[in-house]
Amino acid sequence: MTDTVLSVRNLTTSFRSAAGPLTAVNDVSFDVRQGEVMGLVGESGSGKSVTLRSIMRLLPRGAQIGGTVTWAGQDLLKLSDAGIRAVRGGQISMIFQEPMTALNPVLPIRIQITENLRAHTDLDANGRAARARELLDIVGIPDAARRLDEFPHQFSGGMRQRAMIAIALASNPRLLLADEPTTALDVTIQDQILNLILDLRDEFGMSVVFVTHDLGVVAATCDRMAVMYAGRIVETGTVADVFARPNHAYTRGLLGSVPQAGAERSMLLSIEGTPPGLAAIPPGCAFNPRCTFAGDTCRTTRPELTSLGPDRSVACHHNDAVVQAGSPVA
Amino acid sequence: MSVLVRLRPATRLPRPLIAGGAIIGACLILAIFPQLFAPYDPLKMDYVALNQAPSWAHPFGTDNFGRDVLSRIIFAYRIDMQIAIFATVFAFTFGTLLGALVGYAGGRIEALFGRVVDAIITFPFLVLVIAIVSVLGPGLVNMYIAVSVVGWVFYARITAAEIKVQKRLDYADAGRAMGYTHFRIIFRHLLPNAITPAVVYWMTDMALAILLGSSLGYLGLGAQPPAAEWGVQIADGKNFMTTAWWSSVFPGFAIVTTGLGFSLLGDGLAEVLRTRK
Repeated sequence: MTDTVLSVRNLTTSFRSAAGPLTAVNDVSFDVRQGEVMGLVGESGSGKSVTLRSIMRLLPRGAQIGGTVTWAGQDLLKLSDAGIRAVRGGQISMIFQEPMTALNPVLPIRIQITENLRAHTDLDANGRAARARELLDIVGIPDAARRLDEFPHQFSGGMRQRAMIAIALASNPRLLLADEPTTALDVTIQDQILNLILDLRDEFGMSVVFVTHDLGVVAATCDRMAVMYAGRIVETGTVADVFARPNHAYTRGLLGSVPQAGAERSMLLSIEGTPPGLAAIPPGCAFNPRCTFAGDTCRTTRPELTSLGPDRSVACHHNDAVVQAGSPVA
Repeated sequence: MSVLVRLRPATRLPRPLIAGGAIIGACLILAIFPQLFAPYDPLKMDYVALNQAPSWAHPFGTDNFGRDVLSRIIFAYRIDMQIAIFATVFAFTFGTLLGALVGYAGGRIEALFGRVVDAIITFPFLVLVIAIVSVLGPGLVNMYIAVSVVGWVFYARITAAEIKVQKRLDYADAGRAMGYTHFRIIFRHLLPNAITPAVVYWMTDMALAILLGSSLGYLGLGAQPPAAEWGVQIADGKNFMTTAWWSSVFPGFAIVTTGLGFSLLGDGLAEVLRTRK
């Protein structure tokens, strides 16, 4: 793949704890291509946010990050502090889940935008002021000139998320890491923000890594997706493929638990049990205690992620049976 | 929502802030231009008018050297306001900056810092200050040094705790994700959000500094006679307490009102800074 911009290989992140190291992300590999939206999907605690933060090395001290993250020919995990700072914000930007806390409450929006412009562009003061206004226009904040001088508490949740996107985009990043950017918003605002991100992707030719637990969001925005469970990727593929023919019992369970508008009134499937804690990941396939397809092999041997074709892979012993059972959303 | 926010009368200042500001403003004016208000020279002795009771000529009476008590109180604002500021400003500045760094660094640095703070706090404050002053020698500058050497730990502890809260919020991570330096994140982003408790404490501390300054003045370790300072005045008057109470009581009122002014200012500031979020 010549147009791959970000290549994550064998990313493994662990945290020290009193009970020994806890591995939150285990042997995760994926690529992100130019102009593509890649979805990382999973329940809370599946390691998707840690994966994102590992790429940017935004983890608390004491976290061990292994593997490689190749970006523009360099391994982000081996860069010096100054080196990673040049990449952060300038080339790769990140937006956060909670628009309520991700903006600095005591600085007006103008300063928060121009600060990023000053750090990562050559614009002079006038240029920065003009660009700040332009950015608020781009993200759809009306009356930009006046709102620039307001503080975050004067913005609604959706407006704050837009402002955060404006700040993240200020330096024309080539990759946007989005950590559940719509989770804290109500659905109508959510839709506007998703469309905004897609428009900006087209306009700026950015790539996007989109972390979410919401399959509806994935269907609406992503080109390809990777499903994570207990720190590992269990299935990858294009969104259309995965939705039409889930190969992993977990993916199938997730798809079955999404309510569908317009469908016959039917029972919503749920996945029994809860995801395992990091300290107690079961032997064999981590999903086996909750899996209706599980057999003896699943309890003893961990299935490797195996390729099913270009861009398609799964880590399941019984993927044929899962495919046979069909997709709950097809 | 945004309209509602703007409609809220953001310009209405809390009453404690207005009251405290007025008192401290008045104190500062007296400190800067005492000669405009004092009817007499504060050092001028008058041996034919010793220990005179309050009268039209001497509203607060005269002391045992025949000096006008009111004039001495007014000129003392200069020294006592100076004590309030200089005995605290270095502790505030150094303590807050160090606390910010320590709180951000966390880990071993913070643990070490905690032990140093414990060690300093273990000594009774006043005893430690008196010990330092007696080594350096009495006088205002040495008192500032002594109070600052001890005082910074309180600011550092308050700020470190607050920075620890702030650094876990998303906007701190967002700053890192933007590629900002640690220095920039600490001082530009975290500290303005974390400094409120330290500022409020500072106001209270200024009131305490005046009391401490007066205590040391009373003990003869602070401002030196014949300089006009409230603690010195109270000490001078204590021997004549039963016959000439005015030379001790009126300086006491000056201490109380100034301390009250700083406390009110602190309360008001706390309210303003809190509602901004």
